[in-house]
Amino acid sequence: MKRSWSIDRKFWPLLITVSLFVLLYIYGIIQYRGFSSPQVFFNLLVDNAFLMITSIGMTFVILSGGIDLSVGAVIAFTGVLSAWLLNHFGLSPAIVIPLMLLMGVVFGATMGAIIEFFKVQPFIVTLAGMFFARGMSFVISTQAQTISDPFYRTIGLYRIHLWGKSFISANVVIVAIVLIAAIYLAHFTRFGRTVYAIGGNEQSALLMGLPVRRTKILIYTLNGFCSTLAGVVFSIYMLSGHGLYVSGLELDAIASVVIGGTQLTGGVGYVIGTVFGVLIQGLIQTIIMFQGTLSSWWTKIAVGALTLIFIGVQSIIYSSKRKRMASAQRVATATTTAPAAPATAGD
Amino acid sequence: MQTNELLVMQGIHKTFPGVHALAAVDFTLRAGEIHALMGENGAGKSTLIKVLTGVEHHDAGHILLNGSEINAKSPHHAQSLGISTVYQEVNLCTNLSVAENILLGREPRRAGSIDWGAMNARARELLTWLDVDVDVRRSVGEYPVAVQQMVAISRALDIDAKVLILDEPTSSLTTLETEKLFAVLRRLKEQGIGIIFITHFLNQVYAVADRITVLRNGKLVGTYDAKALPRYQLVELMIGRELEELEDLGGLKKHFEPAPGQAPVLEAKNLGQVGTLEPLNIKLYAGEVLGMAGLLGSGRTETANLLFGVDDADSGTLAVGGKVEPNPGPLASIQRGLGYCPEDRKADGVVGALTVRENIVLALQASRGWFNYLDPRKQTEIANKMIQMLQISTPGPEQLMKNLSGGNQQKVILARWLATEPDVLILDEPTRGIDVGTKAEIQKLVLSLANEGKGCIFISSELDEVLRTSHRVMIMRDRKLVAELQGEDMNEQSIMEAIAGTGVSTEDTAAAAPQHAVAAGSAR
Repeated sequence: MKRSWSIDRKFWPLLITVSLFVLLYIYGIIQYRGFSSPQVFFNLLVDNAFLMITSIGMTFVILSGGIDLSVGAVIAFTGVLSAWLLNHFGLSPAIVIPLMLLMGVVFGATMGAIIEFFKVQPFIVTLAGMFFARGMSFVISTQAQTISDPFYRTIGLYRIHLWGKSFISANVVIVAIVLIAAIYLAHFTRFGRTVYAIGGNEQSALLMGLPVRRTKILIYTLNGFCSTLAGVVFSIYMLSGHGLYVSGLELDAIASVVIGGTQLTGGVGYVIGTVFGVLIQGLIQTIIMFQGTLSSWWTKIAVGALTLIFIGVQSIIYSSKRKRMASAQRVATATTTAPAAPATAGD
Repeated sequence: MQTNELLVMQGIHKTFPGVHALAAVDFTLRAGEIHALMGENGAGKSTLIKVLTGVEHHDAGHILLNGSEINAKSPHHAQSLGISTVYQEVNLCTNLSVAENILLGREPRRAGSIDWGAMNARARELLTWLDVDVDVRRSVGEYPVAVQQMVAISRALDIDAKVLILDEPTSSLTTLETEKLFAVLRRLKEQGIGIIFITHFLNQVYAVADRITVLRNGKLVGTYDAKALPRYQLVELMIGRELEELEDLGGLKKHFEPAPGQAPVLEAKNLGQVGTLEPLNIKLYAGEVLGMAGLLGSGRTETANLLFGVDDADSGTLAVGGKVEPNPGPLASIQRGLGYCPEDRKADGVVGALTVRENIVLALQASRGWFNYLDPRKQTEIANKMIQMLQISTPGPEQLMKNLSGGNQQKVILARWLATEPDVLILDEPTRGIDVGTKAEIQKLVLSLANEGKGCIFISSELDEVLRTSHRVMIMRDRKLVAELQGEDMNEQSIMEAIAGTGVSTEDTAAAAPQHAVAAGSAR
């Protein structure tokens, strides 16, 4: 049994992401007073809970080689619709929340089915989904609506105290559950492995007899669910809903996945990487906040640069891998004696 | 004969629009035999396999597995029936681990979740049986193609295969790896698995196959015991003879001999590329048609690609008109006076959405550079001249290319290169898939071009076509130049013997290409 302990190249992007997070954190602690408070870290979780949930869903989509542009709009729509249902109809959160999640499942499954059955690019289908969800938000209300439901307020303002003065919100617990479930789904279920297989080589997956079509629809269904769950978490966090909220969030989610080390072409990446992708974005924002003089829009510029760097790093890692394979192949063929020697003389 | 028939295919018919891909083909596979399926490109081998594995559906006929009729609806369905296929291009997910690639879709599970320990152990067990020692947890993409091939075979075997189909499994393997694969196949055979083996390497067929079925033009030629079928005869069965009476080429073909002191218009010295083509020497003179014969995969197209600069050679030099240029690339080759009609007209030549005129001026325009735009009137003039000269049947130069028949499309491609007024034309299978009449026209055209003083390299799988048009023939086998024949030595028999790698006729030509003299019939 041959075992090699050198680190598999597929882990490199993940390692780079984690090291970058650690380095940035150390930089912050050295540079700014008060940065070492644990609450700085916990705030990253509290403030980015919804982004983490939707980015985790997005990880599956990107792992399969797809894309989903609708998530930001769906989050906004979930917020507006739940506020409207709670305020105007006095519906109980016990009905509203499951209803929102069901809507996400149906919305995602519909997009997935259109992508699969009509062979339309996911980019186009989810773009349409994005316009639809964003538009519907404004059909319901053009104004921001405050959520006054006591359940939402209690959950939203609840603090889970850890040691000292630090605390997290209930949303962070939801993120933890989603994260564990997603890791299990990705690595310990046939669904998850099929997602990786499709992202690696869809044609091969099909010829291996894997349920490619069903899995692809399920991926968008899962992501629809994640985006409405993120929407619910976001409404609890904001305690209001508005069609203008989280515009462009889908791109933050995609950037988180890429910075987290997932290959945009699919097949390679880890859910945990995505969490670090979100944390890095949050950390940059925090550093800029502590710095005090820079505009917060610098966050976007930094994230943009990072995304570009990460895509560059990936392509370097994977292209050098391909080159290595090719040269190994050449050496192998070169050392062959020509396969021409006839085995038996036919005459 | 009737005893252990595992798989029986009877009277299989399959038509695609315009092509009768399979006509009443019978095929039987016994349990515990290795059965080679042979035939040239377009013979119907892959269609037969596709029908068997459910990728395509046959129009008529019966398929019986163990005596009961089956009709595979999809590759997945075929697998569940016990028919496993290992494809030529290894179909694996290189991002996943070796173990996953073997067991994906059938992962061992415990309480609903994948049991990685059991999965890796199972994969290790399967690979040990095949004598492959790798870390099953690493990505399959990190391993060479030979290992990937073995992984694909393990996957096929784990599906409890009764019938194992190997489509060109050795095309990317070294001799040693091929030997290893064959040892595995022999063991599988002993277990009673029926193996269908497709390859272009004749020596491999004789190394492992028990029986051989030959297809040609979608028809069954016959099934033979490998031991009772000499190589030479196998080649003859595969290539066959054109039965159609071709129009006489008349006096177009003249005797050719380079004038004393005449420099070759194209000269390759030790030109080769590791893994695709062994270094070879070619001399082509103005006014000469140099034929190139050999089976599919023997290195004909690879040679053409190196000559035209589609691929870069890693050894040797190529001089055109006496000038050497390292790795020129297609554009520089056009500018050096080369023209190349590639083998796959549809994929590499025809631009269906453009007009006939645009297709004709394409190469000329490219060689001028895009900023040196060819006047539209001039374009039409060239197009009309070519249409007339080559008798292309089209309503006019503005007709869309895709509306033309195959033969006429081929003429347009020829016209494209003639418009650049090349000194050397490389034609790879210029007459494939076109009707007999047009075939003769193209052959005539090649000869008259030679008579005008151009050098032509004429590649064809059809032997009599090569003989009709060429002044000299190079014979390729297993990616190297094995013989060069001319004059009286150049006949069907000598070429077939050279292709099959038997016989003694190659000795006569040893002087012509000393470094490629064949050690004929050398036993392993």
